[in-house]
Amino acid sequence: MKIHEYQAKTILAKYGVPVPQGEVVFGAAEAGEVARRLGGGTVVVKAQIHAGGRGKGGGVKVVKGPDDAQAAAQKMIGMNLVTYQTGPQGQKVQRVLVERGLKIKRELYLGLVVDRTTERPVLMVSSEGGVEIEKVAEDTPERIFKEFVHPAIGLSAFQTRKLAFALGLEGAQIGQASKLMAALYQAFIATDASLLEINPLIVTEEGNLLALDAKMNFDDNALYRHPDIKELRDLTEEDPLEIEASKYSLNYIKLDGFVGCMVNGAGLAMATMDIIKLAGGEPANFLDVGGGANAEQIKNAFRILMADTHVRAVLINIFGGILRCDVLAEGVIAAVKDLGVPVPIVIRMEGTNVEKGKQMLKESGLNFTTADDMNEAAQKVVALGRK
Amino acid sequence: MAVLIDKNTRLLVQGLTGREGTFHAKQAAAYGTTVVGGVTPGKGGTSHEGWPVFNTVAECVKGTRANASVIFVPPAGAADALLEAADTELPLAVCITEGIPVLDMMRVFAAIRGGRTRVIGPNCPGLITAGQAKAGIIPGHICREGRVGIVSKSGTLTYEAIHQLTRNGLGQTTCIGIGGDPLIGTSFIDALELFAKDPATEAVVMIGEIGGNAEEDAAAWIKANFNKPVVGFIAGQTAPPGKGTAAEKMDALQRAGVRVVKSPADIGAAVKELLKA
Repeated sequence: MKIHEYQAKTILAKYGVPVPQGEVVFGAAEAGEVARRLGGGTVVVKAQIHAGGRGKGGGVKVVKGPDDAQAAAQKMIGMNLVTYQTGPQGQKVQRVLVERGLKIKRELYLGLVVDRTTERPVLMVSSEGGVEIEKVAEDTPERIFKEFVHPAIGLSAFQTRKLAFALGLEGAQIGQASKLMAALYQAFIATDASLLEINPLIVTEEGNLLALDAKMNFDDNALYRHPDIKELRDLTEEDPLEIEASKYSLNYIKLDGFVGCMVNGAGLAMATMDIIKLAGGEPANFLDVGGGANAEQIKNAFRILMADTHVRAVLINIFGGILRCDVLAEGVIAAVKDLGVPVPIVIRMEGTNVEKGKQMLKESGLNFTTADDMNEAAQKVVALGRK
Repeated sequence: MAVLIDKNTRLLVQGLTGREGTFHAKQAAAYGTTVVGGVTPGKGGTSHEGWPVFNTVAECVKGTRANASVIFVPPAGAADALLEAADTELPLAVCITEGIPVLDMMRVFAAIRGGRTRVIGPNCPGLITAGQAKAGIIPGHICREGRVGIVSKSGTLTYEAIHQLTRNGLGQTTCIGIGGDPLIGTSFIDALELFAKDPATEAVVMIGEIGGNAEEDAAAWIKANFNKPVVGFIAGQTAPPGKGTAAEKMDALQRAGVRVVKSPADIGAAVKELLKA
């Protein structure tokens, strides 16, 4: 799960990470008021959307005084902010963060993730802050420093010192940076974060360290033990069909093609999309109905698939293990009868009770196209979708 | 011959009395697996579907001489269940549970790596040795005793590969679903090492997915160490670009001498061709 910058900063501040003074607002007039409360000097108005790269798209403005803050917020709120992460349609800005402007001397990078190979959290820092870390890793990998943390011991003081010196910090900053890193690690572990990024971490003209930006993602599987974080979910940032799907434990991701897919299992679902593409088609979605889907879920899956008006044909590819083919057939027949699916449906199923399932489809009197293997299914559905 | 499980496996089920545990214990027994009992804390001393139930894994092992465990415990308790299995030094613990927090698994592996217990999963379909035994949820009826080993990150795509091998008359030795979570007990390389030593396994199907770099690591290992034919497939060729793309993985495998198929429908035929040559 993703959250907004201002929410991440609130969490981090609670753990002792220094962040700039500021407030989030939903209207332009309030933005002016916040600027006034911050002393009337320079402020930064930052669009709050879940995507990165906001600055280049006009989502970050440095202005002087409450009037200009209000004007900047006025422009930003309601705009469709397009960044390299939003796709061409952009994301609507509904809230902005107004923060006190700071004099920046250096921009650094700090990130925390769990490393798959060592099975440990890795704290990464770089002297190249404010740019994409992937780019730094590619161009100047020698400027990235890492410390791996033993889960039972936690982040040690020598490790934070090592990183602070590697960043070229000096004097009182070493202690400040060590404290900040320890606080970040604590926040990462305590919230079951999957990613924590401070980019940039700044050194001000006065020599202080602050998290100028903050990004936190959380492990969906751990949200059950973090009700406070779960509440931070902003549904307006998500696709409405994807939200609808998640209500029925369906894993759905909308894409741009014309072949709707319904598959059980994430790997087979991806493989089905691959084979549709190989057959010359474009998948309209990724949809994993899960291993233990029932007839009701199949029906809901159909409803979500058909809500996408670009779908011109549907491919159902099910390998029945726990999900039996007769249960699938029952669900598909009920859905088509209830919803009146107006596009051709190609069904390929295999596995438990496949004969019974095929029989049910045949006797339903509905017009299904069946296929014996994935190749045949993909070719048939693409041909039907192109008609 | 096969790897990890066979006729001598004595399987205990952690979470036996739950819906999933019950269903799959019966399926495993019906396939011929020696299921010896189960563990459900608080229900020790009772019996379930004819199997003795114990409060702890240690008691179950003592009472049944179990040498492997399959775990059907809900996500909040699954990491603890794995720690308990490892505490008794069971050689094999297969964790089917989906949705375990990553930090929980991180702590589990920090505690048990280097110990006696090999973990398969979590978030995996488990494993099956054709005609002998299974631990997990892979449907037995699609398998045939044969010559090919499977190692796969994905669940239903594993079934697809099994099905194709059966249809092509090749059959399987052992099929291992290693799971698609960020942290897993047994890697591609671990599984390939086992297949390398198994004389019955003449070829291996390896199924990867986008994300991480386990496939690239496996490719490097195969190039340096593995002499049996390998057919590879990577799911997610059409997924939006990100780190660890299918193209990079396919390329790495190809350069390691793996026959990489673009279409998931071609897995069986490709193995057949390699074994003929």
